[in-house]
Amino acid sequence: MKTARVAYGGAIHQAVIKDEEIRLQDGRVVEEQEVVWLPPVEPRTVFALGLNFADHAAELAFKAPEEPLVFLKGPNTFIGHNAETRRPSDVTFMHYECELAVVIGRPARNVKKEDAYDYVKGYTVANDYALRDYLENYYRPNLRVKNRDTCTVIGPWLVDAADVKDPMNLTMRTYVNGKLTQEGSTKDMIFDIPALIEYLSSFMTLNENDIILTGTPHGTVDTAIGDEVVTEIESIGKLVNTIVSDEVFSIEQPKELTVRR
Amino acid sequence: MTEVQIRNVNLRRDIRGKAGETASISRNSIEIGTVYGTLLNYQGTLAALGDAVNEAPYKAPPKAPVLYIKPVNTVSGHQAPIPVPHGTDQLEVGAALGLVIGKVATRVTEQDALDYVAGFTIVNDVSIPHTSFYRPAISQKSRDGFCPIGPYIVEREAIDNADALTVKVSINGEIRQENTTANLVRSVARLLEDVTDFMTLHPGDILLVGVPENPPLAKVGDVVRIEIDGIGYLENTLVNESDIDGGASQ
Repeated sequence: MKTARVAYGGAIHQAVIKDEEIRLQDGRVVEEQEVVWLPPVEPRTVFALGLNFADHAAELAFKAPEEPLVFLKGPNTFIGHNAETRRPSDVTFMHYECELAVVIGRPARNVKKEDAYDYVKGYTVANDYALRDYLENYYRPNLRVKNRDTCTVIGPWLVDAADVKDPMNLTMRTYVNGKLTQEGSTKDMIFDIPALIEYLSSFMTLNENDIILTGTPHGTVDTAIGDEVVTEIESIGKLVNTIVSDEVFSIEQPKELTVRR
Repeated sequence: MTEVQIRNVNLRRDIRGKAGETASISRNSIEIGTVYGTLLNYQGTLAALGDAVNEAPYKAPPKAPVLYIKPVNTVSGHQAPIPVPHGTDQLEVGAALGLVIGKVATRVTEQDALDYVAGFTIVNDVSIPHTSFYRPAISQKSRDGFCPIGPYIVEREAIDNADALTVKVSINGEIRQENTTANLVRSVARLLEDVTDFMTLHPGDILLVGVPENPPLAKVGDVVRIEIDGIGYLENTLVNESDIDGGASQ
């Protein structure tokens, strides 16, 4: 089953998606373009993986990590399907990252790999933008790069775990303005889903609706204002996002930071 | 004063650990949202790094605030036990002034920043000691129970100058650290301006202004008290992780 959270008719609804039909919990059937798509679960603790595909690590001139490179995201950064992401005018390299998002189903602590899938509620698609101009080498990737408002797109819906036979063998693709720019497979993750759940739950408790963004493969390229970026994962869904300028947010000039010592 | 309501699915354990009085729900309670920490915001912490900021892996002094998240599993209350993980001898006590956000704050200015603060609280940003700040310290900072908060939120109006508050840490009654928010690199208002430039803070979110240099170390059995002028004190005892009922050993 595919479930979504959408805004329609002045309220927020749970919806079930079946054969292109979007049915709200109250019985109304609506069209994709009539609703505002919200993140399919309300983000709380969200983990993201850096350098979790060997080819992407090489692309960034890093060797593959020996321990998962994990960072956290706040709820502020998330937007749903068909929404807009701001590209500040002082940025020269802002790239998308197509990622499989794993949603946890119940509290997990000290879970072994072989049991890990018992703790997965479902899957969705994420586009985890990075603004590389803002990278600094303190707790890298720093939040100014990875936790900006509007810069993590997630959705459109949550696919039940039971409906995804092999989450470790799904094709991942990104299209910019219809042109294929990134292609990979979840099978090339360095740390796979069971390994990530075992690792994280070895030192902290995971809770229901925690999300793990499992990293992106090779093929991250710069995006421009006006670009339509579609991140797609086989059997899960197709997530659409548009890049917009500072002007949309009434920003005349991005704020300049001065070092204070 | 406002009691701190801690919305935490792990709280069952903390209540058994006798955090009940602060975890109680009152009509005036504020539900805690996301807790953000700020690294290297005391001048002494940057000074301690010295020239290393210009060398690998850092290569330059920090420009933007260096932030991290204390996720919900870390959050607990006054008197809640702090679990010491198996294989770890000592934990760092991170004495932090917490800014409790009162209304949605996006791209606020330094001049208006304090209007967005509902009040102040005390936070113990507990860490497993680590010397490198290159990669996010998730396994050192995100352990269950590693972020006691409270016991109270003191209304903003009750504090004359948040940039001149004495912060003291004592362990088993002995003063082990004393510093002041006058030593912040970014003042409270400036920090809010620079953080909300790129990320919106929501009511109930807590932004820690930083942890002073030379954080004291504590071990199992130690009673740790963080005291901040005009706000009160937050006290917690370190216990073996395996001694907490329903904790990590399950």
